[in-house]
Amino acid sequence: MELFLHQVLAGIATGGIYACMALAIVMIYQAIDHLNFAQGEMAMFSTFIAWQLIQWEVPYWAAFFLTLAISFAGGYLIERIILKPIQNAPILAHVALFIALFAIINSLAGFIWEYQIKTFPTPFGTHALLSGGLISAHDAGMIGVTVIMLIFLYLFFRYTRIGLAMRAAAANPESARLVGIRVGWMLALGWGMAASIGAVAGMLIAPVVFLEPNMMASILLYGFAGAVVGGLTSPGGAVVGGVLVGVIENLAGTFIPVVGHELKLSIALALIVFVLTVKPSGLFGRSVVHRV
Amino acid sequence: MTAMKTRSLSTDLLAFAGALAISLAPYWRWLMFCLVLLIAIPLPFLVKNFFIFQLTLALVYAIAILGLNLLTGFNGQFSLGHSAFYAIGAYTAAILMDQYDVAYYWTLPIAGIVCFVAGFLFGLPALRLEGLYLALATFALAIAMPQILKLSPIEHWTGGVQGIVIIKPNAPFGLPLNPDQWLYFFTLAVTLVLFLCAYNLVGSRTGRAMKAIRDNSIAATAMGVNLSLYKSLTFGVSALYTGIAGALGGIVVQFVAPDSFTFGLSVALFVGLVVGGVGSIAGALFGAWFVLFVPNIAEQVSKGLAGAVYGIMLILLIYLMPSGFAGLFRLVLMRFAQAARR
Repeated sequence: MELFLHQVLAGIATGGIYACMALAIVMIYQAIDHLNFAQGEMAMFSTFIAWQLIQWEVPYWAAFFLTLAISFAGGYLIERIILKPIQNAPILAHVALFIALFAIINSLAGFIWEYQIKTFPTPFGTHALLSGGLISAHDAGMIGVTVIMLIFLYLFFRYTRIGLAMRAAAANPESARLVGIRVGWMLALGWGMAASIGAVAGMLIAPVVFLEPNMMASILLYGFAGAVVGGLTSPGGAVVGGVLVGVIENLAGTFIPVVGHELKLSIALALIVFVLTVKPSGLFGRSVVHRV
Repeated sequence: MTAMKTRSLSTDLLAFAGALAISLAPYWRWLMFCLVLLIAIPLPFLVKNFFIFQLTLALVYAIAILGLNLLTGFNGQFSLGHSAFYAIGAYTAAILMDQYDVAYYWTLPIAGIVCFVAGFLFGLPALRLEGLYLALATFALAIAMPQILKLSPIEHWTGGVQGIVIIKPNAPFGLPLNPDQWLYFFTLAVTLVLFLCAYNLVGSRTGRAMKAIRDNSIAATAMGVNLSLYKSLTFGVSALYTGIAGALGGIVVQFVAPDSFTFGLSVALFVGLVVGGVGSIAGALFGAWFVLFVPNIAEQVSKGLAGAVYGIMLILLIYLMPSGFAGLFRLVLMRFAQAARR
């Protein structure tokens, strides 16, 4: 029983990472109705910017918020410059574009900062928080920041005018345009916000997995799994889903012999396929109904 | 005066070319086919062995991209997971040759059947997924595949991380060809057969049902098309093509290992599909050339930024040729025809 509890706690700690990523994925899905396969790379690039700022002896929190601003501008510009010309193109072109973005950002980061592994500082410290050292201060801080971010997002989307406009633009672009919402700007804003959330995720994850251009590959998959489990339409669900994925991954690794240990990525695959087959809208998402 | 004359001469020429194109239009498929063969057959006698190897690999990719195209271009289902089926095909061939001494040409149909079953089974849950959700599920499949292949209980067959080494087959019947040339012709023959099958499949009753599902699944159901059967069948056939490509690829490269079948391979196939032209069978050939040779060109432009150059080329292609090389070709043909009619 004690082993079980320990594994659950450890799972929640890693789940925090996935929850961050899942939240960023759901945000961009809300804003543009597409899954961005370059999301992980964008987060990685933002984290490198933060690292560079810290190297230039900018204090941590100043670098943190500066990175958020830069990422916001970056996401905004990517939408305006690269995605706007093909906004009416079929889905296939969009996916190809995301792949192109993936290649460009990954290669740029490798070119500028090289492929050696770098350490990234944490503002929370690394000492153990609970007896047994299962949850470190950084893990707790990570989960805390994710929850705070979630609350802010909820307030933003629920109670501000611009949040409402963004939801309208994503849900029904034609009608939104008719009531005077500038749908194009809302999309760009959504990209900017998603890039910022990705940056937060990247900066929180980097102390755990270390910083290098390919750090996001498997985290992106777990993030997707978390988003799918929680429901692609629900930011709160994404956080719960991400933590759940972390716990399931940890428990499977401990209690299922061989398979659990060697097939960690396949667990994410199985989860995604299972949830999409049994309940495509996820735990907390609403199912989308199409008019025939 | 002279300016006018040259212009009329050039329009005459254009009109003549257009008239020629129109009169040959009913046969243009056959003409293109003959042209491709005319280039493809003497080519291996003119170039170095390494280039022959690359040409063979391009044919292999063309088959795999064609498989993906049957699924995406003609049935409207997404897949970013075809590297997994390619891997299953390659491993089937390698294990059969390595453990059971099966001749290399017999591994192709077996790999095809194994992949057909795998694809059909994966297609069943995929029935409930559409668009991006399917892309997501297949993305996870592609990411997970290398890990599954490294699994220790099946290490005895798969060779674990080390992979399996295959011996290159020699030309049979004492043909005066070196192994590279023979493999090239062998692959070319397989490619021709598979492309012909694809043409006939797409034009058949089944093919029309596939396209009807792509264009409007509800209307197709109303017309009596069995949605779930055709969708999972298409997934199976698509996997079969990709699996045969994988088996061929394994034989050509002489080596299979888990890390040659990563998500990157899926991306290459997907990019080849988009670049060649979605829904165009001949486009697969262009697409294969693109994914095989353009990364090399990108590397020559800049060593450190090869990925960025590649990505920028891809973005430009999407902007400038949204329907791929096949679409560009069709457009040029149509311009000629218009000039002729005038």
